[in-house]
Amino acid sequence: MDLKSNTIEIVERIGYTSDKLIEILIEAQLLNEEHYITEEQLKIISKELKISFSKVYGIASFYSMLSTKKKGKYVIQICNSGPCYINKAKNVVEAFEKNLGIRIGEVTTDGLFSMEYISCFGACQIAPAVKINEKIYGNLDENKVKQLVETLKKEAI
Amino acid sequence: MDKIIVTVDGQKVSVESNTTILEAARKTNVNIPTLCYHPDQNIKGSCRICIVEVEGQNSFSAACCTPIREGMKIKTNTMKVREARKMIMKLILANHNSECISCKRNGNCELQTLCEELNIEENDLDKFTNLLPIDQSNPSIVRDQSKCIKCGRCIEACDEIQGVGAIYTVNRGHEMRIAPAYEKNLCDVQCVYCGQCINVCPVGAIYEKDNIEEVWRALEDSNKHVVVQIAPAVRVALGEAFGMKPGSIVTGKIVSFLRKIGFDSVFDTNFTADLTIIEEGNELLHRIQNNGKLPMLTSCSPGWIRYIEFFYPELLGHLSTCKSPQQMFGALIKSYHAQKTDINPSDIIVVSIMPCTAKKTEAKREEMQDNGYQDVDIVITTRELAKMIKESRIRIEELDEEGFDDPFGISTGAGAVFGATGGVMEAALRTVYEVVTGNELEKIDFENLRGISGFKEANVPVGELNINVAVTNGLKNAKILLDLIKEGKADYHFIEIMCCPGGCIGGGGQPIPSTNEIKEKRIEAIYKVDLLSELRKSHLNPVVKTLYEEFLQQPLGEKSHQLLHTHYTDRSKE
Amino acid sequence: MKSFVSKLCGKIKPLSLKEYRDNGGFSGFEKALIHMSPEEIVSLIKDSNLKGRGGASFPTGLKWQLVAAEIATEKYVICNADEGEPGTFKDKVLLEGCPMQIIEGMLVAAYAVGASKGYIYIRGEYPKSIDMFKKATNILKTEGYLGEHILGQDFNFDIEVRSGAGAYVCGEETALIESIEGNTGRARFKPPYPPNYGLWGRPTLVNNVETLANIPLILSVGADEFKKYGTAASSGTKLISASGNIVNKGVFEVEFGVSLRDIIYDICGGIENENELKFIQIGGSSGACLPEKLLDLKLDFDEFNKHAIGLGSGAILAVDKTCCILDFVKMNTEFFIHESCGKCTSCREGNRHILKAVERITNGYGTDRDIEIIKNIAKIMKESSLCGLGQAAPTAILTTLEYFYDEYKEHVEGYCSTGVCELKGEAIKHG
Repeated sequence: MDLKSNTIEIVERIGYTSDKLIEILIEAQLLNEEHYITEEQLKIISKELKISFSKVYGIASFYSMLSTKKKGKYVIQICNSGPCYINKAKNVVEAFEKNLGIRIGEVTTDGLFSMEYISCFGACQIAPAVKINEKIYGNLDENKVKQLVETLKKEAI
Repeated sequence: MDKIIVTVDGQKVSVESNTTILEAARKTNVNIPTLCYHPDQNIKGSCRICIVEVEGQNSFSAACCTPIREGMKIKTNTMKVREARKMIMKLILANHNSECISCKRNGNCELQTLCEELNIEENDLDKFTNLLPIDQSNPSIVRDQSKCIKCGRCIEACDEIQGVGAIYTVNRGHEMRIAPAYEKNLCDVQCVYCGQCINVCPVGAIYEKDNIEEVWRALEDSNKHVVVQIAPAVRVALGEAFGMKPGSIVTGKIVSFLRKIGFDSVFDTNFTADLTIIEEGNELLHRIQNNGKLPMLTSCSPGWIRYIEFFYPELLGHLSTCKSPQQMFGALIKSYHAQKTDINPSDIIVVSIMPCTAKKTEAKREEMQDNGYQDVDIVITTRELAKMIKESRIRIEELDEEGFDDPFGISTGAGAVFGATGGVMEAALRTVYEVVTGNELEKIDFENLRGISGFKEANVPVGELNINVAVTNGLKNAKILLDLIKEGKADYHFIEIMCCPGGCIGGGGQPIPSTNEIKEKRIEAIYKVDLLSELRKSHLNPVVKTLYEEFLQQPLGEKSHQLLHTHYTDRSKE
Repeated sequence: MKSFVSKLCGKIKPLSLKEYRDNGGFSGFEKALIHMSPEEIVSLIKDSNLKGRGGASFPTGLKWQLVAAEIATEKYVICNADEGEPGTFKDKVLLEGCPMQIIEGMLVAAYAVGASKGYIYIRGEYPKSIDMFKKATNILKTEGYLGEHILGQDFNFDIEVRSGAGAYVCGEETALIESIEGNTGRARFKPPYPPNYGLWGRPTLVNNVETLANIPLILSVGADEFKKYGTAASSGTKLISASGNIVNKGVFEVEFGVSLRDIIYDICGGIENENELKFIQIGGSSGACLPEKLLDLKLDFDEFNKHAIGLGSGAILAVDKTCCILDFVKMNTEFFIHESCGKCTSCREGNRHILKAVERITNGYGTDRDIEIIKNIAKIMKESSLCGLGQAAPTAILTTLEYFYDEYKEHVEGYCSTGVCELKGEAIKHG
């Protein structure tokens, strides 16, 4: 099935009422490897739910877990809230930047990795922590980041 | 309703229990400043400029959205309140492009007025003005984000009143902006160009595309024959821009001004409104008699046309094929009038003065032309006319009243009422009744079709036939009727749909403010124009009769089809 | 440490109804449904002196009474599981450790206030919790604890699990309601409050996870027994999420009345790397930064109120002496810049002015005027923002200005005693 029919299928399954919009957007995003919702998808959802396109976009751009822009295949989300900051999240950011050759907010040229800040996701026990495609990695330091990037690169091939 | 006693700045006042602090204060003649508040809209409580102190509370209360409680002691004018309001205003200004002198709303800006009232001096905060490119992508509306103060009024107008939803908030926090999806230009989204957003904008963040210079240039060109038409709703609103009471009728002064600045002919759109009634009335009868598509929908409001083209293309067959009065006027000037005056149509410039921003785009529609001559060349709004008057330094207040030029200055009261919601229907019924029955209609005032209400209907016996009609204004109301039509539940012959709440008198090009209270005064004035007219039925307009005799031959005839009728486009994929 | 509200977490299989029942699960609800009237339940909860565990510490029984008193065709119970306050992860322990206990709390609440529909709004960052709740509600539907004629009685209640999508502000109850309705999570002005006008304009009870998890236990042990835990003003226990520069990080259940010092040095094992404590931030990013000298404060709503401090969600972030206050404030402000919804002027615009001034200071270009700006804007945000987010955002600034003013001052004078800030402007100032 193509993106269009898959998106329609999500709406059919979750429901056509406007309160289901956010749930639909979350699932629609899962259809794309690049972790974002395409303009075509937003238009389909707007039409099916009878919510204006601008509002659907407005909501997709409001919530930080939803994206309207392409990201990497692996989205490295680095917590920069209090507990991780105190446990030297800055070093983790630097280590990722060094190992990937990109800065926060950028995507690697091969489209494999993108990096962004994220607010606390409750892994403060193992701070500093990052989240990569739903998976949490904690107690990070420079060496662990290096190993992690290598593992992910291998996994991608 | 129970009465509650509260104290505002030491003065006791008894108010109903569902009153807000803002309303209670107004009863004591204290005018608490507001910015996001608009009398016709939902309370937003977001700008925070209306904060007051309430005894016993540590933090401020926003007066617009805080209901009073028994015994509440409200302080609106303490040092603390004044300082806090100034600070909030400074925060707004730090993110506002304050180039007031070149702003469209200079002199009529709620933010500017408030700065003066709050005694704002130098702003020492960092400036964060958002200098995104100005959206000038379309012929009707310009958006300038650098001026936007995020009050959200335009969203309510677009999304909740009109049900169009071309704009919404994007992003969040200080990156929140009000824009179309993907922050596209208006021309790339489904915007109907009604301009209702403009009428509620407190600042100069959204305004009409200015065509004033083009008019001055045309008037300066001695090789051009420049003709102007004025829509019915303009004459009952323009005065407001010069401090006159809402509902002042300034038709004669406008005519005299336009003549003074050099227009070769000053005509009246009311004339082609009469003509529209003849064509549209006949079209209705034709559809009824020949099992045509019913209900027939009016087609004179270009914002509404864009709406149906975007959102209900499957119903386009219901639209009357009549061009709007603005376009009929242009088409006749460049054909009939050109012939009669022996002027080459290429030397004629047709200018319209409209209450409407969508008219600017309508004039530019590809199909609105004959033999390569666009029907209408330049459209300006009532607001732009006011600016031209100011620019000319002519004191409109002092001008004598003059009459329109012949022949297209002659019109009936039926043409005048086009400017108010229900007017087209009323005008049509006056004519259809008499044309069908051959009898004189005794009671020509259709009171139940008048007024600002979003939905009105009537059943009118016309000879053998009972004609069911409905009238709606504001696109969200129109949507309800369109859904009924789709479900086959709209048992009407004829439906008048006006894009803007209140009809054209509430158009997106009218003087600001344009509140419901003001709109009602404009409507009253429209019916006064009707009442004072010698003739009040379109088919009695002598020039319309001559026009058919000399040129068009018959309603819905070949010439009419060529010049006065049009077709529509499915824009749902745009 | 106590084991009360979290006593089953980690002890039973979270999705085993049998194990939950074997450990007393649903006995409270059964008692309520079969033997008590809604009024009796409300007054029991009032008697228990239970206060909201989400942050605002509003008396739970009173909230229930407000919803119960409303006459409406439909009422809602919402469990607020949008645990977004940085450094807070105590609800996750309950959500994943004993979901049925929370659902039981919702059932009792629904019966007491007259609601037939419930929502649990779980932050999107907790996919495991969401999954677990979907499974738990399905099991309970099958077993007759949710749905129609629950336990054969004339009581219907169903729960829908909703996922957040990454917005801290949705922890604010009206923003959460907006989000359930499918909108941007922007807070409504209050009043009207949710008990009168909530989800879809209907009376709505919004309670935090931990609050609801206490309900079945209060029904089981009774109000008097419950009040034996804690202090006069603060009955029961509290889950504390401890993080930062401490030896033992994690979630700990403590009895109200315990001192902050005991929490840090006894329960959490003191400061790691044998460092000294500089301050603790209590209640997450919106919480106060308290210096070491205030550690003898007891965990108690009244005592906290006396110092104009909120307990918030019960997060404690311990920070050692290597931390620069200004750099910390900068990080904290960046969080609120990212999480502000953008609706009201004070919060939307205020945060970035604060950040700009803080950055000038940490870069060595700051002046006394910048401290003044920070103070003034923090104050206006606190006093005039529309919702709790904007009102609480400047708490860290206002408290550090109070307790660590010297550190602001030293930066302005061109010096960062912790060596964290590279004061580029120093040369200009002193050269």
